[in-house]
Amino acid sequence: MNEMLPLGRDLRVALVGRPNCGKTALFNALTGSRQKVANYPGVTVERKEGALATPAGRAVKLLDLPGTYSLRARSPDEVVTRDAVLGRLAGEVPPDLFVCVGDATNLRLCLRLVLEIKRTGQPMVFALNMFDIARHRGMSIDVERLEAELGVPVVTSVAVRRGGTAALLDKIDEALAAPHSPHVAEGWSEPDAAGVRRLQKEADRILRASVQHPEAPDTVTARLDKVLLHPVAGLAILLAVLFLMFQAVFTWAAPAMELIKAGFDALGLWVGTLLPDGLLLSFIQNGLIAGVGSVLVFLPQILVLFLFILLLEDFGYMSRAAFLMDKIMGGAGLHGRAFIPLLSSFACAIPGIMSTRVIDSRRDRLATILVAPLMTCSARIPVYTLIIGAFIPDRTVGGLFSLQGLVMFGLYAAGIASALGVSFLLKKFLFQGAPPEPFMLELPDYKRPDARNVLMGLYQRGVIFVKRAGTTILAMMCVIWVLASVPRPPEGATEPAIEYSLAAAIGHAMEPVIKPIGFNWQIGVALIPGMAAREVAVASLGTVYAIENAEEAPETLGAALAGKWSLATALALLAWYVFAPQCASTLVVVRKETGSLAWMWFLFGYMLALAYAAAFATYQLAVLAGLG
Amino acid sequence: MSASTDCLRPTAAPTTEPTSPTALGAAPLGFRGRIRAVNPIAGSLPPEELERRLVELGFVEGAMVELLHQGLFGADPIAVRVDGVTIALRRREAAAVLVEAAD
Ligand SMILES: Nc1nc2c(ncn2[C@@H]2O[C@H](COP(=O)(O)OP(=O)(O)O)[C@@H](O)[C@H]2O)c(=O)[nH]1
Ligand SMILES: [Mg+2]
Repeated sequence: MNEMLPLGRDLRVALVGRPNCGKTALFNALTGSRQKVANYPGVTVERKEGALATPAGRAVKLLDLPGTYSLRARSPDEVVTRDAVLGRLAGEVPPDLFVCVGDATNLRLCLRLVLEIKRTGQPMVFALNMFDIARHRGMSIDVERLEAELGVPVVTSVAVRRGGTAALLDKIDEALAAPHSPHVAEGWSEPDAAGVRRLQKEADRILRASVQHPEAPDTVTARLDKVLLHPVAGLAILLAVLFLMFQAVFTWAAPAMELIKAGFDALGLWVGTLLPDGLLLSFIQNGLIAGVGSVLVFLPQILVLFLFILLLEDFGYMSRAAFLMDKIMGGAGLHGRAFIPLLSSFACAIPGIMSTRVIDSRRDRLATILVAPLMTCSARIPVYTLIIGAFIPDRTVGGLFSLQGLVMFGLYAAGIASALGVSFLLKKFLFQGAPPEPFMLELPDYKRPDARNVLMGLYQRGVIFVKRAGTTILAMMCVIWVLASVPRPPEGATEPAIEYSLAAAIGHAMEPVIKPIGFNWQIGVALIPGMAAREVAVASLGTVYAIENAEEAPETLGAALAGKWSLATALALLAWYVFAPQCASTLVVVRKETGSLAWMWFLFGYMLALAYAAAFATYQLAVLAGLG
Repeated sequence: MSASTDCLRPTAAPTTEPTSPTALGAAPLGFRGRIRAVNPIAGSLPPEELERRLVELGFVEGAMVELLHQGLFGADPIAVRVDGVTIALRRREAAAVLVEAAD
C-alpha cells in the first residue's frame, strides 16, 4: 500500500461519527481496495487505514475510527476514538483533519457529536452522508444555514453511489490547503449531564432551524419493525433466520468444499509424480498438502457464515436481534448485546470475543468472553464431521431427519446450553450481587445492504482465515510430521514405523491420563497440535494414521478410525470437543481483551475440566451400555 | 411514525392540559407523550451516569416519545421513538424518564 504514495509526509484524515452513519461505507468509497486492517497497539480494536489521493493531488492516509455517540468514552472502542480526536492516541500522529460523518436522515444525535468535537478545537469538516435517502424522503436540509449555525464546513455525500464523494473530496482539499498543524487538544474535560443536555438542546435548536421534515415521512422501517420486532413473530423469524444460516453453512458451502478438496488431492498426486518416494515426498504430501488442505477446505463455510452476519449487520437487523434476545440472554446472566458476539463465535471465537467491545459493562463483557469459546466454532466442524461420518450410521429417523444431522445439531445445542449454563453460574457465584447493567442501544433504520461493503468485509475475513492456515497451521503440520517421522525405525523393525517415533513416545506417556476417557495414544498426540487450532487435530490424526498405514485421504481416515476405535471412544472424543479449551490464539485474544492472565487461565482451566468430565462420563456410560 | 417526526417542527406546542407525569418505564405499548424530566435515579448505574447516558441517546426535556415495541417476557425491553430516533432500553432504566401523555 505504501508504495503507491509519493514520498514526504502523508496528510492524515480521520473519519468519526455515530455507529451506522456510513463511516465504513465512506471509507470504502474513498480508498477502494487500498486499505489495511490491523489493530491499534495494545488493544484489539480494529484499526482500518487506507490511502487516497485528493483531486488536488494530495496523498492522504484515511483512518476509520470506531463509532461513538460522544467523546465520553466507555468501551475500549470509544476510548480509541476519543483519544484520536484529542490527538493523544498512543503511537499515532494527530490527524490533520477530522471528517465528522452524520446520517442526514437522523441528525439529532450527530449534531451533538459535531458540537462536542468542535469544542476540542480540532480542524473538522461535517459530512452529511446518506443524502440520497434524505432527499428521497423529501427532507429539505439547508446546508448553508447548518454551516453557519455549526461554524464548521458542511458538505453532502452519498457513500454508496459512484461520484457521491466528489464534493467531500473537494472540501477535504480545501480544509487541508488552509494552514493547520496537527495538535493535541489540551484542557478537554468530559461534559457532565447538564453539559450534555445543553449541547443536545443546542443541537435540537440547530436542527429545527435548518432541517424541514416532510409531510409524509418514511414508514418502511416502522412497517418492517411491526413484524420483525413483534414479540412472538419477531422471535420466530429470528430463529428461522438462524436456522437458515446454519443450513446454508452446510449446504451452500458443500460444492466449493468438494472443489477445494479435489484440488488439494490432485496437487498431492501431481507432486507424487514429480518426486521420488521417500521422506521429502511424505513430508510434502502428508504434512504440507494434506495438512493445509484439510483446513483450507473450511473457507467456504466460514465465508457463508460471515456473508450472513455481514448482510444482517448492513441491513440493520443485528441490533433488533439483540433487542429480541435481551430478556432470554438476561435469564442466563448475559447482556442482550452479547448476542452478536456469541453469534459470530459460531464462525470463530476470535472475532466473537473481539466484538464484545460493544458491551460497555466490564462484567458483562467478561462473562461473554468467558463463554464465547463454548459456541461451536467452525474449526470444530472438521472434527465433528470426521467422527460423525465414520461412526454414526447414515439413516433417517422419523422419516424426515438424518441421524447424522441430528447428532450435529445435538453438538451445537450442547455448546449453546453449556454457554448459558456457565454464564448463569458465573453470575450466581463470581459476579454475585452486582446489579444488571443497562441495555440501551439505537435501532437504526433498515437499509438495503450495499454489495461493495459486504464483499469488502467478506474479503477481509477470508484473508485473515487463509493467513492463519498459511502460518499457524502450516507450522503445526510441520512439527507433527517431524514428530511422527523421527526417529526412523531400527533395522529389521517389526512394528509400523510410527511406533518408534517421538509422537508415539509422547502419546504413550499421556496414556494413563487419557485412558479413563477412552482415548488411545494417537488421539493424545493429535490433541497437542490441536492446541494451535482445533482443526489441526484432524490433520494430525490424518498424518499419524497416514504414516502408520500409508493412507491419506479423509474418507480413508474415517474408515481407518471406524476400524480402530470403539463407538464409545468416538462419542467421548465428540464430547471432549464440545468443551476442549483449544486453539491457542483464542487464549491469546482472551488475555488481550481481559487484560489479565488470570482470566485466561481460568477459561483454560474450566474448559479443560468440563471437557475431561464430559468425555469421562460419555465414555464410561457408553462402555456400560456395551458400546466399548 | 408521522406523529413522532411532526414534533421536530418548531411549531410543536406543549399540550394544553398538563396531565400528571408518569414514568416512561411504566408506560403501556403505544403510549405517546412528551418528556418532562430526566431524573438521576438509583439502580444499575450511579444516578448521574444513568441520566447522562439517557441524555446522550436523546432523552431531553421537551422531546416527543412514543413506545413502539416491547419484548415478549415481562413486556421488556421496550423500543421508544424519541424525536425521530428509535432507542431500545429496559423499563428499569426508562423509569428515570418522566413523561406526560399527549393525544
Ligand atoms: N443509501 C445510502 N446508504 C448508505 C450510505 N452510506 C452508508 N449507507 C449504508 O448504511 C449502512 C451503515 O453503513 P456503515 O458504513 O456500516 O456505517 P458505520 O457503522 O458508520 O461504519 C450500510 O448498510 C451502508 O450500506 C449512503 O450514503 N447512502
Ligand atoms: Mg463501521
